[in-house]
Amino acid sequence: MKKYSAFPYVIWTFLFILLPLLLIGYYSLTVKNSQTGELVFSLANYVNLFNPLYLKVFLNSVYLAGIATVICLILGYPMAMIISKMKHSQTVLLLFILPMWMNFLLRTYAWMAILGKNGFINQLLSLFHVQMELLYNNNAVLLGMVYNFLPFMVLPIYTVLVKMDKSLIEAAYDLGCTPWRTFRKVIFPLSLPGVISGVTMVFMPAVSTFVISDLLGGGQSVLIGNLVQEQFMKVNNWSFGSAISVILMLLILMFMTLLHRIDRKYEGGTK
Amino acid sequence: MKKHLARLYTFLIFFFLYAPILVLIIFSFNSSKSTAAWSGFSLRWYSELFRDKSIMKALYYTLLCAVLSSGIATVFGTITAYGIHHMRRRPQKILLTINNIPLLNPDIVTGISLMALFSALAVLRFKLGFTTMLIAHIAFNVPYVILSVLPKLSQMPDDTINAAMDLGATPFYAFRKVVLPEIKPGIITGAIMAFTMSIDDFVISYFTAGVGVTNLSIQIYTMARRGIKPSINALSTLMFVAVLILLLLVNKYSDEKEQLMS
Repeated sequence: MKKYSAFPYVIWTFLFILLPLLLIGYYSLTVKNSQTGELVFSLANYVNLFNPLYLKVFLNSVYLAGIATVICLILGYPMAMIISKMKHSQTVLLLFILPMWMNFLLRTYAWMAILGKNGFINQLLSLFHVQMELLYNNNAVLLGMVYNFLPFMVLPIYTVLVKMDKSLIEAAYDLGCTPWRTFRKVIFPLSLPGVISGVTMVFMPAVSTFVISDLLGGGQSVLIGNLVQEQFMKVNNWSFGSAISVILMLLILMFMTLLHRIDRKYEGGTK
Repeated sequence: MKKHLARLYTFLIFFFLYAPILVLIIFSFNSSKSTAAWSGFSLRWYSELFRDKSIMKALYYTLLCAVLSSGIATVFGTITAYGIHHMRRRPQKILLTINNIPLLNPDIVTGISLMALFSALAVLRFKLGFTTMLIAHIAFNVPYVILSVLPKLSQMPDDTINAAMDLGATPFYAFRKVVLPEIKPGIITGAIMAFTMSIDDFVISYFTAGVGVTNLSIQIYTMARRGIKPSINALSTLMFVAVLILLLLVNKYSDEKEQLMS
């Protein structure tokens, strides 16, 4: 029993994890012959990606996801610190992640109801005879990203902060460190693993989302995810969609390698 | 001063997190269609929700898929974890790396790649529908179960199994009577994780469910794109209350257990 019980899963991973990805790789390297409908080898999909139109989409995605990650870090780090110092930190943490248990689509939809033309905020503003376009722009998408992914930043940072050896912080104070210096030289470097997993967990879903940009961005803010979805569900150009997905995977791989490097560099304290 | 600042900050962040949900809940009781102007209390959207056949069908598919996929994934994942635990180091490392792919890949890539697979298998009369959605859910659930069971297996001393076998237990009996009780917490965590992942999933279902089948997330997506509909507010309120009750129950259960233990 011991020896063979992982065997079915080996076949399963081949069928449902590796084969699908190989298929995407294969599609990305082929185009459909318009006469025969056969797939022929070609690099056209990758060449096509250098079209300024698509480059802009890539830049916009990385830019928005990057800004969202930075905002989440700035908002989330103090939050994680405050919660970790609370008396009932477990309960507060539970309350903090409670909204996450609500359907992701509903949470995004809620912002549509608030920011929309006849939405909550505009109704309030109309008392002062002001109307604002809040929905269907990059800022709305950014807000949706921060709202949905903020807990992903707070959780790992909180976990690291709670486990941190408090005597190190006390030692820094005893040796005459100011609170700010203690934070910069002791607390922050020690919490870096948490920060790095938080950054990964926010950036990855943000850069590949198509739901948030679809609902809150309207047609205005197209991201990589929207491109992929369009190619597969609307335009029916699977080859091009696959090429975009391959690039998206590479992008994330590069991002994770970079973060891994930073983590390594700081391992065991700062220099 | 510093303490007040921390309180204020906590309040603001919690306000940011809960305000949208509160707006949805409050306006689910609104008698008019508006999600901004209050025009009186009514349960109209709740009765409309339950009469909406497409929502009810989506709810049915969501629950069926969550129960089946988490159940199958839990059994499959636990057995696999047991096997992985006893593998030699190299193949173990390779399998665990592959096991990590669905966790690290963006949902959209997992979704389209499975869609591509199912379409390529269409020759074998494999059509997109409930079965393909179920397989996709199992595929992203098993890795979570494996990862939550494996640490429990490593914490367990190997001698206990050997002792059971020395005393004449068959391998299966030893697994059932010795291993299973030890790794039970990991299995339960894995099952709960799989269930919630499945209920909450949108992206992977969207690509693998095909035309006829929808789950709640897909339903909400199509409805939200067409514009605001107050029955979604009613639905979100009910779902939020359900989650709240579930969490309270789990909390109470674990509290009682802790008291029993101490």
